[in-house]
Amino acid sequence: MDGNRTRRTEFIRPNRVEDGGAHQALGHLHFVEYREDMATPARELSSTALSDGLTVVVKRDCETCQMVEQVILEITESTSIRVITQDDPAFPESVDREHDNELAFSWHHDIETVPTLIKVSSGSEEVRTVGWSQAEWQTITGIDDLGASLPVMRPGCGSMSVDPDLVDALRAKFAGDGLAARQVEFAQAEDPFEAMFERGWTDGLPVVPPTRERVLRMLEGTTRDPDEVVAIAPPDLVELTVEKIAVNAVMAGCRPEYLPWVIAAIEAVCNDTFNMHGLLATTMPVGPVLICNGPGTKAIGMNSGINVFGQGNRANLTIGRAVQLVIRNVGGGRPGEVDRATHGSPGKISFCFAEDEAGSPFQPLSVQRGMPEGTDAITVFAGEGPKCVVDQLARTPEQLVATLADALMGMHNPKLVIGFDVVLVISPDHSRIFHEAKWSDAEVLEALYAATTRPGAELARGVGGIAEGVPAGFADAPALPKFRPGGILLAHAGGGAGLFSSMIGGWVNGEMGSDPVTVAVRP
Amino acid sequence: MSETIVLDPTSESAPATRTRLARPSSLSGETIGLLDISKPRGDVFLDEIERQLIERGAIVRRYKKPTFSKPAPVDLRHEIATQCTLVIEALAD
Repeated sequence: MDGNRTRRTEFIRPNRVEDGGAHQALGHLHFVEYREDMATPARELSSTALSDGLTVVVKRDCETCQMVEQVILEITESTSIRVITQDDPAFPESVDREHDNELAFSWHHDIETVPTLIKVSSGSEEVRTVGWSQAEWQTITGIDDLGASLPVMRPGCGSMSVDPDLVDALRAKFAGDGLAARQVEFAQAEDPFEAMFERGWTDGLPVVPPTRERVLRMLEGTTRDPDEVVAIAPPDLVELTVEKIAVNAVMAGCRPEYLPWVIAAIEAVCNDTFNMHGLLATTMPVGPVLICNGPGTKAIGMNSGINVFGQGNRANLTIGRAVQLVIRNVGGGRPGEVDRATHGSPGKISFCFAEDEAGSPFQPLSVQRGMPEGTDAITVFAGEGPKCVVDQLARTPEQLVATLADALMGMHNPKLVIGFDVVLVISPDHSRIFHEAKWSDAEVLEALYAATTRPGAELARGVGGIAEGVPAGFADAPALPKFRPGGILLAHAGGGAGLFSSMIGGWVNGEMGSDPVTVAVRP
Repeated sequence: MSETIVLDPTSESAPATRTRLARPSSLSGETIGLLDISKPRGDVFLDEIERQLIERGAIVRRYKKPTFSKPAPVDLRHEIATQCTLVIEALAD
């Protein structure tokens, strides 16, 4: 505050109208010039505890609070009331008041609206009302004609303690937050972004500083406790808590509502079936590919359409990135150390997308894999970058299957079979061809498995001048499938124009490597 | 919001440092474990190592991981640690 000098603090104050009706009362608002020396200064907050009797919480920056000033004054004529003001310590000037300048009282008593009138008996809250309701204020105070001249009802305003700009700091300050992570303090002269690069916490792109406030806000995205152990993170086999995931999700740029998806993805990758450890250690260019299903993908704004694997969508990019940052920072999996990839892939920064379920003639991938329809779910696949398959001339499902099968045969090496799975992402323009011919996902898959089966004689080592291939012992096999049963994962995504589909080649499958895992996303 | 205090995103654990065992002056009488990680032709490499170690008077025991792509099972690690004084792991492909 700036001393006792007069300043132009104009505020609206209702005139006392003895006989005014609802609309009339607000018609009598007028401006007065306020001088600080007019009012006795507010006392500091006497206690954050509730005191017996009546308490009202107000702020000047709320017309309803200004309107009830006369009511509060009326109450003081027959009983005592504790008046707590959030913003201006000089408001309301006509009554004795305490200033909740750190918003401690408001935070601890969940004040969401001002004015809030609370009645306390024997230390515990009996009743509260928010905003102005003539009937409720009269009942709570026991004063029959209280505020009789005012409108019967006026909604209140948002409490400062729930102001989005303040709430994170308040949560960090007052909440018994249960966070266990060590705090790292940077020097004033240090640029936090540079400091995080220097500590090796990033994937090569800048990360958001994981302040306590941001981590607490992130944790609002889940109902799980911060100390819940979600998984054992490879390669260092570290217990991975919700809190550590939240820290890395902040760094990745996630919004709190993405956190359940990040946690689900972590659960899906950190197990012996998916084998994240092996995926890290392999020289092949693969990382976790996250395929998201369910209504929640729309609710958090994921992209399943134009440029679905590309840049531009926060949810897609940051969920995938958060998973990789967790493995890097908590698990200790870093390139050049346990990560031995020969080339790697840009997808190892983040590869996460939603399936276009609404426009798909197929069952969602999660449903094909046994999840109930309408369930939010993530399927994780150990995959490389996407490859485009072009066919602009096919008009029948048979023609399209022939092209897709040829492209699928080429995955990794045309003569290597059974050992690798694939995600085949059909575009809307291609899926229409199957839809018009009334082919279900099961029929498409059956045709693809058949069309990617070759006689052993074509695949044996040395055949066609290619050293690679199946061992000579398989040369007599009449038919060797490129893919094991279930080895083609069929999904639907992409923009509405383009007679292309896309395939994501997998890493070694099965016990030797990785199997895809589908998990439900829970709040 | 101050960005100078952040929460540690790592596991906050430092790897334990262990002193290396002294180099044995002779292999004679030592029990040496040879761990095949199940990469193709790792056995060819280890067969030759085994032959040379036996020539030098060592006792050789052979072990194999179920798959190269996953860490050795804890029971296997325990078995090697209790049965051998030295171990050689083959990373051949």
